[in-house]
Amino acid sequence: MSNDEILKALYDETMVGNAPAVLELTKKGLDEGLTPSELLFDALIPSLEEVGARFERGDWFVPEMLIAGRAMAGALEVLRPLLAQTGAETVGTFLMGTVKGDVHDIGKNLVNIMLEGAGFHVIDIGVQAAPEKFIAGIEEHNPDIVGMSAFLTTTMPMFKANINALEKAGLRDKVIVMVGGAPVTQEYADVCGADGYAADAATAVRRAKELIAAKRGAA
Amino acid sequence: MHTVVRSATKELIIGHDQPFCIIGERINPTGRKKFQEELRAGDLSSVARDVEDQIAGGAMMLDVNMGAPFVDEPDMLAKAIKLVQGMTDMPICIDSSVVEALEAGLAAYDGKALVNSITAEDDRMAAILPLVKKYGAAVIALPNDHDEIPDDPHKRLELVGKIVEVATKEYGIAMEDLVIDPLAMPIGADHTLVWKTLETIRLVRDTYGLNMTLGASNVSFGMPDRHTINSVFTPMAMTVGLTSAIMDSRTESIVRSVKAGDLMMGNDEWGGNWIAAHRARQAAAES
Repeated sequence: MSNDEILKALYDETMVGNAPAVLELTKKGLDEGLTPSELLFDALIPSLEEVGARFERGDWFVPEMLIAGRAMAGALEVLRPLLAQTGAETVGTFLMGTVKGDVHDIGKNLVNIMLEGAGFHVIDIGVQAAPEKFIAGIEEHNPDIVGMSAFLTTTMPMFKANINALEKAGLRDKVIVMVGGAPVTQEYADVCGADGYAADAATAVRRAKELIAAKRGAA
Repeated sequence: MHTVVRSATKELIIGHDQPFCIIGERINPTGRKKFQEELRAGDLSSVARDVEDQIAGGAMMLDVNMGAPFVDEPDMLAKAIKLVQGMTDMPICIDSSVVEALEAGLAAYDGKALVNSITAEDDRMAAILPLVKKYGAAVIALPNDHDEIPDDPHKRLELVGKIVEVATKEYGIAMEDLVIDPLAMPIGADHTLVWKTLETIRLVRDTYGLNMTLGASNVSFGMPDRHTINSVFTPMAMTVGLTSAIMDSRTESIVRSVKAGDLMMGNDEWGGNWIAAHRARQAAAES
């Protein structure tokens, strides 16, 4: 297999969620002299971007998105330590939690898998995450983006409470805040002072990348 | 066990020996941008068409939910309930996660309502069960607690046990006024999740004999051909003990699968309802 063939196969197998093949091709690629960055940015990430685009068009469905994300996550376990050694710029770190008072986690987990698939380093602080937990998470992991999920109209106000807590702790300008969940709307996100909102997992990934690019561009 | 709900003039019985109770899910602004904008402006004009469509489709009870950002939920829920009761004698399921909205809805409602919902969380039960008792309503209860929505059906059953204990002993709610929501999860997120819901339904029926309802459309989230999935899921759930669902009664294929389910379950005597529905369709086609 030539290097181009490896990258093409890696792209194809990731898209159909063939985790064992993705892992094998990733290792083979490294053995053949491809760099971790090449494997990530020339095969894995474009593949997941295509999956996300197909999902957004309504051509692909949630399980297909999930298995592609999981296949990619397996490859990332191999690549992440190598990428850290080379000091390559990562896509970004994303701290994610469901807000206090809310135990819904399926939507949050879907977004996590797609973010990992897009190359993000995702830290999940779980459900029922109080403002202090978000703050402790930010202080420990220094994320680029903080994601807050809420599934109930009664727990959505925690977005604002969390954002207020971040301001008080002097952390608000250090992170991008994204919010989401079934009852959440763009307008609600704007009013509570979040930087970004998305209605589904694929859009969340696209939006997260845009927001990071804008922030890095401005810095 | 029979759960009885009422409007001012009409009684509806939910039970394992009764036709499946179809609760229309449509009077709910979640995911409906235009409806949300109307509600914010205090405009309830869309509700009328939703009520008509759902009744025409076969709804036997209507779920009314006014939960959306920037909406005065207690005020709008009370108004919507009065509006719906002015249009139909169908009993109502008062749906909100806001305690004040449930109270306003109960105060506005004429009859015995079904309240949607409590969980096994102590604070939710303490806030809502006294209202259920005060207004003589029935209540939907979800087996999740402060920490999680358990995956394990036996864990969910334990939480049902806690709800039964607290509701009947501490708040004096009758057993038959508890309707369990065994938590329908999206099959697209994990292909083992719906089986766990079915197993929960079976356990709750065998252990407590309680009535159950759930949001049937949830199971097909993220999948193609949702109608077929919903049409198959509901009768499957009926066979293990589901007695009601909050569902889209405007979709004929789903409603017909439920009616066929009633027939198979022995809850449609001599197929009378099934044959009458057939005749009604014939007559409509000829006219």
